[in-house]
Amino acid sequence: MKVGLFIPCYIDQFYPQVGIATYQLLEKLGVQADFPRQQTCCGQPMANTGCEQDAKPVYHHFVDTFAGYDYVVAPSGSCVYHVRKHYDVVEQTGAVQHVRQSTFDLFDFITTVLGVTELPGRFPHQVGLHLSCHGQRGLHQANESEMTPVRDGQLSRLLRSVDGLTLTELNRNDECCGFGGTFCITEEAVSARMGQDRVQDHLLNGTEVLTGGDMSCLMHLEGIVRRRQLPMRVMHAAEIFNAALPQPSPSVSTFVPQPIVAES
Amino acid sequence: MSHPQRAAAFTSDAERTTWHDETLWFVRQKRDKAVYAIPEFQQLRQLASDIKEHTLSRLDEYLEQFEQNARANGVQVHWAADAAEHNRIVLDIMRGVGATSLVKSKSMLTEECHLNPFLIKNGIAVVDTDLGERIVQLREEAPSHLVLPAIHLKKEDVGETFHVHLGTPKGEKDPQNLTEAARQHLREKFLIGQVAITGVNFAVAETGAVVVCTNEGNADLGVNLAQVHIACMGMEKLIPRTADLGVFTRLLARSATGQPVTTYTSHFAKPAEGRAMHIVIVDNGRTRQLGRPDFRNSLKCIRCGACMNTCPVYRRSGGHSYDFTVPGPIGAILSPNIDMRQHSTLPFASTLCGSCTDVCPVKIDIHAQLYKWRQIIAQEGELPASKKLGMKLLSTVLAHPGIYRFGGKIAREGLRLLPHGLTHAAAFNPWAKARELPEPPKQSFRDWYAEQVVKL
Repeated sequence: MKVGLFIPCYIDQFYPQVGIATYQLLEKLGVQADFPRQQTCCGQPMANTGCEQDAKPVYHHFVDTFAGYDYVVAPSGSCVYHVRKHYDVVEQTGAVQHVRQSTFDLFDFITTVLGVTELPGRFPHQVGLHLSCHGQRGLHQANESEMTPVRDGQLSRLLRSVDGLTLTELNRNDECCGFGGTFCITEEAVSARMGQDRVQDHLLNGTEVLTGGDMSCLMHLEGIVRRRQLPMRVMHAAEIFNAALPQPSPSVSTFVPQPIVAES
Repeated sequence: MSHPQRAAAFTSDAERTTWHDETLWFVRQKRDKAVYAIPEFQQLRQLASDIKEHTLSRLDEYLEQFEQNARANGVQVHWAADAAEHNRIVLDIMRGVGATSLVKSKSMLTEECHLNPFLIKNGIAVVDTDLGERIVQLREEAPSHLVLPAIHLKKEDVGETFHVHLGTPKGEKDPQNLTEAARQHLREKFLIGQVAITGVNFAVAETGAVVVCTNEGNADLGVNLAQVHIACMGMEKLIPRTADLGVFTRLLARSATGQPVTTYTSHFAKPAEGRAMHIVIVDNGRTRQLGRPDFRNSLKCIRCGACMNTCPVYRRSGGHSYDFTVPGPIGAILSPNIDMRQHSTLPFASTLCGSCTDVCPVKIDIHAQLYKWRQIIAQEGELPASKKLGMKLLSTVLAHPGIYRFGGKIAREGLRLLPHGLTHAAAFNPWAKARELPEPPKQSFRDWYAEQVVKL
């Protein structure tokens, strides 16, 4: 049973610690993930800019890289959403269908595939969760305030289960941070303002560690936190769990993954 | 000017941006409360979407049925292919009865057709009677929101406008007093209005009646005092039956303002004794949109404005930054159909967060259509050259692992070695205007993996 680790391009280059935490967290949960070295990117930057045609070679490269795995796991809901939702523009071969169906966000994988909804360990800090739109509204990993007042989701549940961790109650639980891919450059003014407002909400409500499941949003928010020299640390949730979880963790390493069979 | 330029101008007033954002977020929260209170709300959305889907699938039949029934009621029905024809029809009706004064309740269609300037140029006195519309009319501005046309203005701005145009005391900003001044002013206009124009929220095919939803009662007052009523509607306003109406009235006000229903839901079926009623049905690009499979369901829109209130970009850039009659996310998918070149930056004025789609009461997949318009705009060559070239380059890098690895290393090394002042120069790097770049690590993840894991 093979699990392929997909470490999105910007994480690979700028946040290796997030990739490392993802790898080690999976290991602690009993999953020995493999990192195919020829991987690059899912193609989202081009496609969201309107250049889906230019992205197609990247899609093919992604599928070729990961077709041999039973699961593909990435610490980024946005990239996963892109593979699942937007790889519909290339020919739907068995390999393409298989990769689209078996690519999972890390916390979706932990929750729904591994069946782990609580994580042991200790992290005695007030943590503010930034819900990333593609994970939340795209992959339905968390409730949406557009639909229900109940604030609940995969990541908030996992975080709440960690000993000593307090979750910040935000004024706006699921407003977009304003990263938006190339939006952060083309619409710089609005993008920055949106990020500043998100950070402010966390600051007002006592967040010490700002976290989330998507490093792209966190890269943008971290850029604002550091520019303003705010008393707040930014960590991907995989880093928190990896730091909190004792090693080894026999209580949760019971996973035997089953392959997903592509529908023909 | 592009959307980013106009948005940057808006956000440069940070305090006003905060106020605008919070004002509209307040409306979004009112909407949420109203929605949470209705257990079947999501089913209602689906039902409304399905009714519209059905109606659009046989729009020609329903239009003819509607026309036939309206004529049988004694209403004169006119067809306009575009804005110019619509405006000419209205002017001809007015000239036909020798009218020179017009009172108009809220109608985004007449805004879309730029009716006011056309009529004024032809010697007609036009008064918008919706309070917000009247405020922006006095200021010679366009509405900045579908439902809240003057939402970009503070009470101080309104006070100043009324001081100049209605003679209220300088510095008067009490909403009660300002509203009373507007009431007195509009009352005079209502009394001399010879013709009344209303918009149309819903047109019922089986009865030939039109339904107008307002909170101020100005549509009713205008119509009941004038000799002639002209109802102007886009051809997508149809619903098949009166029985379908309740689905939409339950959704409309809750989505728009969080009210259970608008204060007035007025049904106009036929002219009163001795008076005349006209309906002008306008295409103006709607048939073209209907013919675009990816975008046709944008015609389901009931103009509630919920997508604007929820849009984090709209709330921080203001309605005027869209420079289109319908602003916000829905405007960004309707406008390229009208003029792709002029509005080419609008589908990019979004993070694709998807909140617009989730509040839409008729389930238009707005963010998915924004994504699709981007593809078309790029294919039609409307992207800036730098973006186009950059994306081609990026694609080459990302399809070739060797180049990617090399490029990544160069970028990290460059960031580490070059002075901060250079890597963060706002002139080359818009990111760095308000944000730090990530601190470049010595090692990429793949380098770590190669060292740590493969060796084991």
